[in-house]
Amino acid sequence: MSYPKSKLVLRMGPKNKYFKDRVTELSGENVDLCFQCGACSSGCPMTQEMDYLPSKIIRMVQLGLEEALESKTIWVCTTCFNCEVSCPRGIDIANVMEALRQLVLRKKYNRVSLDDLSPEELRDLPQIAIVSNQRKLTA
Amino acid sequence: MTRLAYYPGCTLKTNAKNFEDSAIATAEKLGIELVEPERWNCCGTVHSLSTDDVMHHLAPIRNLLRMEELSNAGEVDSKQVVTLCAMCYNTLKRSNMVFNEDSDRKKKIQDNMYKEDIQYSGNIEVLHYLEVLREMGWDKVKESVVKPLNGLKVAPYYGCLLLRPRGIGIDDTDNPTIMEDMLEALGAEAVKFAYSQKCCGSYNTVHMKEVVADLAYKILKQAEESGADMLITACPLCEYNLGPRQSEVEKKYPVFKTIPVVYFTQLMALAFGLDEEATVFTGNKPDPRPLLRDKGLLEE
Repeated sequence: MSYPKSKLVLRMGPKNKYFKDRVTELSGENVDLCFQCGACSSGCPMTQEMDYLPSKIIRMVQLGLEEALESKTIWVCTTCFNCEVSCPRGIDIANVMEALRQLVLRKKYNRVSLDDLSPEELRDLPQIAIVSNQRKLTA
Repeated sequence: MTRLAYYPGCTLKTNAKNFEDSAIATAEKLGIELVEPERWNCCGTVHSLSTDDVMHHLAPIRNLLRMEELSNAGEVDSKQVVTLCAMCYNTLKRSNMVFNEDSDRKKKIQDNMYKEDIQYSGNIEVLHYLEVLREMGWDKVKESVVKPLNGLKVAPYYGCLLLRPRGIGIDDTDNPTIMEDMLEALGAEAVKFAYSQKCCGSYNTVHMKEVVADLAYKILKQAEESGADMLITACPLCEYNLGPRQSEVEKKYPVFKTIPVVYFTQLMALAFGLDEEATVFTGNKPDPRPLLRDKGLLEE
């Protein structure tokens, strides 16, 4: 039995495949499970600060689009796990966000610097804030 | 007295000293001695989510090893460790899970800790103080109450890391009741509100305080509109973002009225009739004392 050939063909280049494989490996998540329901985006507390919604980032990874690494979204994510508990497909989205951050951070990139803080701010901020901030957003 | 191993974490010794002092005092009243090991280190604050990360599990696992040493030396009565900070709880518990479920990483973690006297077995159980109270029974907690917090309407703010991800949280992820049950035992009225599990902005407070002010405004306003006089929390970072950071909220939203945010253990200490060395309301911003005096729960 033969099937009619679709006119729309989506071909993934080697670069796209490499990127997608790296994210899959680092996150341990199968992003192809996502069917774009948007539950993650609807519960996310940080969407007003994002350029791409979390669900869109997942779509970009599905397609192997490295532009995901340039998004603001991956840096404003607070790792609150709200997306993760609402995903009907069981994708740990926070792990995917972490993998994307790691791919950038591991090239010795620092998103934030304590040099930007005044001495007063440094004194007032609790350690828990500073340590977690540096752990998440610096190389 | 039951002796229970206790992991404080960094902020409990500084900004959140009122959390630690009130917890130790209330535990003592309930017949629990919280035993802090001589040595401990940072828990890592955030759990490492990438699959190849071994290095960042060493800090939490080393802490659990310290707890095992306490247990082996007979200085505590169980193979459990209790935490107060929600972030410490989450990090220690998740690393423990990685250690016990991922044999490859377990071996690598052990190989990296060759200088320790003993090897960590994986058998320490990580608990949050609220779980210890629930296990003991709310009736038992109620027995220690000498000054019921009648007429005080309190919104329990859970935040993220006490409840998420599923399987790690101390209560039902979608419909938790543990803090409400505690408040009821103290005689206070628990106020349910829509944003009790919404993120406070977490570590973004360091470089994006205006954004955190937006989130704090939404959460605090929701609590107030639901009828709450104050909020309770179990995380020093939530406390900071919702408490002292209210000065930023006021700058951004002139209509905003400040509302006290305290640790749940401070209200316990108050209800147990303990003195100000145990309640330590001086450590909170905004000051909760005027409200508590108004309610007749604190002497002038």
